[in-house]
Amino acid sequence: MARIGVFVCHCGENIGRTVDCSVVAKESAKLRDVVYSVDYKYMCSDPGQIMVKDAIKKHNLTGVVIASCSPLMHEKTFRRAVQETELSPFLCEMANIREQCSWVHEDKVLATKKAVDLVRLMVEKVKRNTPLEPIRIPVTKRALVIGGGIAGIQAALDIADGNQEVVMVEKSPSIGGHMAQLSETFPTLDCSQCILTPKMVSANSHKNIKLYTYTEVESVTGYIGNFDVTLRKKARYVDDSICSGCGICQEKCPQKKISSEFNTGLGKRPAIYIPFPQAVPNIPVIDKERCTYFKNGKCKACEKFCDRNAIKFDQTDEFINIKVGAIVVATGYEMYNIGKNNKNGIKGYGEYGCGEDPDIIDSLQFERLLSASGPTFGEVKRPSDGKVPETVVFLQCVGSRDKAKGMEYCSKICCMYTAKHTMLYKHKVHHGQAFVFYLDIRAGGKNYDEFVRRAIEEDGAIYLRGRVSKIYREGDKLIVKGADTLSGSQVEIAADLVVLATAITAQPDIVPLAQKLGVGYDKYHFLSEAHPKLKPVETNSAGIFLAGACQAPKDIPESVAQASAAAAKVLGLCSATELEREPYVAKVYESTCAGCGFCIEACPYKAIDNKAIVNRQGKLIKNVAYINQGLCQGCGTCLSVCRSKSIDLAGFTDEQIFSEINSLFV
Amino acid sequence: MHITLNLSSGAFAGEIKDISGANVFDCYQCGKCAAGCTVGGYIDDTPTKVIRFIQLNQRDKALDSRTPFLCAACNTCSERCPMEIDVAKIMESVRILALKEKRKPERDVAVFSELFLGSVKTTGRLFELGLTAGFNLMSGQPVKDAELGARLFRKGKIAIKPAMSGNKNVKQIFDKSEAVSGSSSKEEKAEH
Repeated sequence: MARIGVFVCHCGENIGRTVDCSVVAKESAKLRDVVYSVDYKYMCSDPGQIMVKDAIKKHNLTGVVIASCSPLMHEKTFRRAVQETELSPFLCEMANIREQCSWVHEDKVLATKKAVDLVRLMVEKVKRNTPLEPIRIPVTKRALVIGGGIAGIQAALDIADGNQEVVMVEKSPSIGGHMAQLSETFPTLDCSQCILTPKMVSANSHKNIKLYTYTEVESVTGYIGNFDVTLRKKARYVDDSICSGCGICQEKCPQKKISSEFNTGLGKRPAIYIPFPQAVPNIPVIDKERCTYFKNGKCKACEKFCDRNAIKFDQTDEFINIKVGAIVVATGYEMYNIGKNNKNGIKGYGEYGCGEDPDIIDSLQFERLLSASGPTFGEVKRPSDGKVPETVVFLQCVGSRDKAKGMEYCSKICCMYTAKHTMLYKHKVHHGQAFVFYLDIRAGGKNYDEFVRRAIEEDGAIYLRGRVSKIYREGDKLIVKGADTLSGSQVEIAADLVVLATAITAQPDIVPLAQKLGVGYDKYHFLSEAHPKLKPVETNSAGIFLAGACQAPKDIPESVAQASAAAAKVLGLCSATELEREPYVAKVYESTCAGCGFCIEACPYKAIDNKAIVNRQGKLIKNVAYINQGLCQGCGTCLSVCRSKSIDLAGFTDEQIFSEINSLFV
Repeated sequence: MHITLNLSSGAFAGEIKDISGANVFDCYQCGKCAAGCTVGGYIDDTPTKVIRFIQLNQRDKALDSRTPFLCAACNTCSERCPMEIDVAKIMESVRILALKEKRKPERDVAVFSELFLGSVKTTGRLFELGLTAGFNLMSGQPVKDAELGARLFRKGKIAIKPAMSGNKNVKQIFDKSEAVSGSSSKEEKAEH
């Protein structure tokens, strides 16, 4: 005989305003098998929880219904309280009379009636609940960090310092990411390389970090605590165990005029190259597309001069299988390219010459011009003729906040780095004048607004509020036709150099990776967090976390903070030997299962497999569906396609659901 | 300049939307239309500012602005607007409303437009001499370009009589557009 207790919460006025809670409690008491009912102002508070626990003991309850908010809000709270009384937490159910009743109705009489109905449903359900056991799954104490920019490096170092193993994967030949390309950083103007390169070295030498560069994630299977990952280590054509990084191969390579990715096309590199002098690891890679040997079958100059015989032209891609318990995705961003043939498929800017004029550059290129390790060794010289530009015009929001270009979001960091650019330019070219076309100056952050003011007040940058409509060349000058909406006039500037603060966009190849990982992404292809406020580093795939600009445009401090947060989550996960999961998983009635395999096709989590049932002689009797409890998320898709009704969902069985529905018609 | 804000109705933006289909509240005042305006040297308020007047329900300020009448309808603004607002269409809408209320901030433009279309409607094609003479008289400068006119006449570039005396098809176009606009206001006809 079931003995059910009903506890009705007023939630302050949230429920009490539209639902007469005392009536709900009185009506509930009349339901069959309900032996106790009560209402209280805040059931989730400490006194409220004590009421529940006391009632369980005093009235010998076998089930509890809390009529309050959504189970998403407080199911855990009440189940924890119930557990303290030795009643199974799975014998506690929530009737949602807030989100699904008081918040959406106005008529008090009808809302109260509905609340009673909702309680009745849950009473019928809880009577048929069984004390389930949480599922325990083992945890592999190793993490995978995808991406070797500042976010990935920080996450890997923090996890490794927490004494857990880390495998770090970077698709380009060196770690460092975009931060390695920057000159100085806002708002303190400290040198980017000086604060980054020591971290790069630590990441490579840390005893707990295994670094794979020039490597990509091939496939990911498994689930939280137990991911199986295959990495593709792309052929470098250089044996990294022998190479000493002396660089003689770079000197001898006859191909010298390939545009350098690291210098954003402003510098040149050979076909065998180390991307930049501070690269980690300091090992070259052969660009197969451009190498004379790979193209013509002759040359091998690098091999000839390498005194360690480290050049291996016959190297092939290598596949590495690893097991990890958690994954941090830190794949970063790409700058929006205004060219006609934008690889992201976004429209270019015809009115700005589609990026075809050499003196119209983007901000990352300007960073390289400012950088001491850049193609001009830190001297600001314009790309067309090497002249020091005396008038530089900066355009903000190029692509960003531009519905017509398909990017309605704010790229967040451009206001700050443009202010920095005007300062650094003024520090290098004293007689130069910087103009900035902006829409709004977004400088929220510690010492950020002061920094922008300094650019205007001390370094004399002229800020013009408005967009630019056209840029065209007139002889030696670029004519910039813009507007200053504050004075309500058109503005024309003859500039030597134009710098476009182009939008921060998602990595062009992020979608296939997100699909491999089962991580969601928004319409701009930025990866989605599990909750915008309360779960900013988690994703909807348990055990996979986000760090840095792969989630949204972020500056360095934010990326670092999020990376450390992701590392804390990973360490928390790895601190347990076993994980507990809610036991709401599908179960198969093998006696009636026909083994049709529809559920295998339908399962979005690849949690169902075939299982052979054999007799003692080892002869196959039949195939049935087998559900991997670690992978099953309890979505119920398999139930709906099962033709013989041989699958049920623990905690939400057909019997429970039907008795709930039936209770409404008595 | 002083503005008293009374946004309770917001009706003006609605009027503009009814005619142009454009929602002025899409505009975040970036000024790209002002920056590229091909008649930027002649207008009083930038297109950005005219849209701002509409956002702020400043009917008089928008309808009395010279800008919509000087707009060359080159569509550069509409083409480059990052919010995909048809700015030129908004200018046209302001023009239509101003003419309906017999406001002519740029009287010559309105007069020219009226005469031009009148000439096409009655004769079937443009009668240059009639248009020029009419415009000069109505704009109060009767002898403007008289010398040039005489030279053109001598060379046979302009005729003394209309080349056609009415064309059924052209008239049908006018009738149809008047039927569509559903109004008998002469000024509005001139706009279509």
